[in-house]
Amino acid sequence: MDTFVQQLINGLTIGAIYALIALGYTMVYGILRLINFAHGDIYMVGAFVGYFLAFQLGFATGPSLVGLTVVLIGSMIAAALVGMAIERFAYRPIRKYARMTTLITAIGVSLLIENLFVARLGAAPRAFPQLLHEQSYTLFGNAAISKSQILIFAVSIALMILLQWVIFKTKVGTAMRAVSFNLNSAKLMGINTDFIISFTFALGSALAAAGGVLTAQYNPQIDPLMGIITGLKAFVAAVLGGIGNVPGAVLGGLLIGIAETFVVGYGQNVGVPTTFRDAVAFAILILVLLFRPTGLLGSTVREKV
Amino acid sequence: MPTLVKRLLAALVIVLLLVVINQYMSKEGLFGFGVPSYYARLIVLAGINIILAVSLNLITGFTGQFSIGHAGFMAVGAYSSAYLTVYYAQAWERSLGGIVGGSLAHALIFLLAILVGAIVAALAGLIVGIPSLRLRGDYLAIVTLGFAEIIRIVILNIDSVGGATGFTVPGYANFLWVYAFAIITIVVVYNIVHSDVGRALVSIREDELAAEAMGINTTRYKVLAFVISSALAGMAGVLAGHYLSFLSTNDFQFIRSFEIIIMIVLGGMGSLTGAILGAIVITFLPELLRTLGTRLESLLSSIIGANNIPAPVHRFLIDLANYRLVIFAALLILIMLTRPQGILGTREFGLSWLKRARRRPEGDKPVGTGGVPIAEQEPPSAIDRAKEAKNQ
Repeated sequence: MDTFVQQLINGLTIGAIYALIALGYTMVYGILRLINFAHGDIYMVGAFVGYFLAFQLGFATGPSLVGLTVVLIGSMIAAALVGMAIERFAYRPIRKYARMTTLITAIGVSLLIENLFVARLGAAPRAFPQLLHEQSYTLFGNAAISKSQILIFAVSIALMILLQWVIFKTKVGTAMRAVSFNLNSAKLMGINTDFIISFTFALGSALAAAGGVLTAQYNPQIDPLMGIITGLKAFVAAVLGGIGNVPGAVLGGLLIGIAETFVVGYGQNVGVPTTFRDAVAFAILILVLLFRPTGLLGSTVREKV
Repeated sequence: MPTLVKRLLAALVIVLLLVVINQYMSKEGLFGFGVPSYYARLIVLAGINIILAVSLNLITGFTGQFSIGHAGFMAVGAYSSAYLTVYYAQAWERSLGGIVGGSLAHALIFLLAILVGAIVAALAGLIVGIPSLRLRGDYLAIVTLGFAEIIRIVILNIDSVGGATGFTVPGYANFLWVYAFAIITIVVVYNIVHSDVGRALVSIREDELAAEAMGINTTRYKVLAFVISSALAGMAGVLAGHYLSFLSTNDFQFIRSFEIIIMIVLGGMGSLTGAILGAIVITFLPELLRTLGTRLESLLSSIIGANNIPAPVHRFLIDLANYRLVIFAALLILIMLTRPQGILGTREFGLSWLKRARRRPEGDKPVGTGGVPIAEQEPPSAIDRAKEAKNQ
């Protein structure tokens, strides 16, 4: 029982990170029908911006809450700018072209960011400075929760509530929903769709960067290729929940995080090697899509002839 | 001459040509000429990429079903055949060699390995295709990607094929084998596309619902195209594994599938020659970029002299090799921005380009009297119709 609770906590921690990244995928897909493959790299960019900010501003010397806040917000702002720049220069000019073209461009942007970072900084992993005085607390018997895990839960829940508020209670959120419902009609209603799309990229990128910095606190090793597999799994989480659906992304992220930890924790008891950790997300996705082709919370769209 | 004889002759000429070129693909070459091994290797890898791109084009370019799982089927073919050649081939070759001679036995065993790789990959394609082809668009894409990753991780956990340490495989394949099968792939795909099956596939791409309404069993055709495409990818996997003599599951990650998609999108989706062109460009471009800096520097030094090159320019040119993948990615984005339909679009490159700027596809030819489409002809007037009725 103790280990079960422990696994659940660890799973939810990873799941919360996946959920933060998945939100960006799902929002962009909801608005542009574009799989933004560069989103996983934004998560990496966020972690690296945090790394350099911590060193430049002198927070790397010791744990401090101020440092953590500054690094987190700074990297979120920087990533939002990067996301907006990508949208402006790579995706906007090809928005009207075929899906395949936009997809290849997204892959191109992803390769560009990864290779630029590898060329500038090298592929070797770097140690992220600890901004939090790490300490763990015991819950029910032997299960422990560390400070960084609490941080991840607190920040990600706060960000998700904030996002929900932005989407449902603000004017720009209403516009976002209108654009995702129908871009052309939204334009006819006087919505500045270019601005809304740009804003969506900024929002998604900021969330991914927060995920990057939080992960780096939990597992302090960052490298330029860290966004590939995490980004892919977050995308799977978004599809699992029903792409374009915001609560779905969170649900999908948490599910995949838990499933992964359980495979590592319990898999060997039933003969599943721990390397299947990376496969389980896909296995769940395939099973779910076979029975619910639009994901867990996705709405079915009736095809019109 | 009967067509069959003509075709057999053409095949013979091609095989002879390949055998001759094959001789050049070694250091000694023929008459002292030979392609350096670095280039020979690139040329062979281009051939493997041609098979992959052309086969993916069948399902993605012509049928319009977006698959990101090609590397998975490639891995299935590569590993299943490698299992055969590593564990059984030597014994079989020895016993068969006693009957038909060593080199023929060698060739027969490899032919068998290719067949096995293709069949196992086709089976994998069937198993993956039947459930996933019910999905459309991005959902299909992500499920094929998922299947490919699962295949890769399953292979990673099979110890008899090396697991995480990699798998050393006998080097059966060479230029001749790769290009012979590249040509077979092109012929197979060309014939499928220009048959009634091909028309059914294109109709699915253009509008799946309309195709279904016209009585086309879309699921059957989609699965058919998927299985054939997987079999050909498996074949490419067999050739790649037995050419490189080493298999590692890292070479079959989803980035490899992306690479193949990039080839066909770059060349022009739904164009056979486009896929071939894309495969060649994607194989050679990163390698060209690798030496771009030193080439530019030697060019510059021959113009203004080696000592006159400013230091920052020198440093930049040296640095260029590190940035080759950055430049590659930037070029990719640039091509998509400026030519979104790919280099060739859906057109084919061929001799007909010399004669006509653009050939009309079969179904586009006008029908009706004097080449005027029926819809554009003047409707017969009431008087004409009355006359006609009287005459009958």
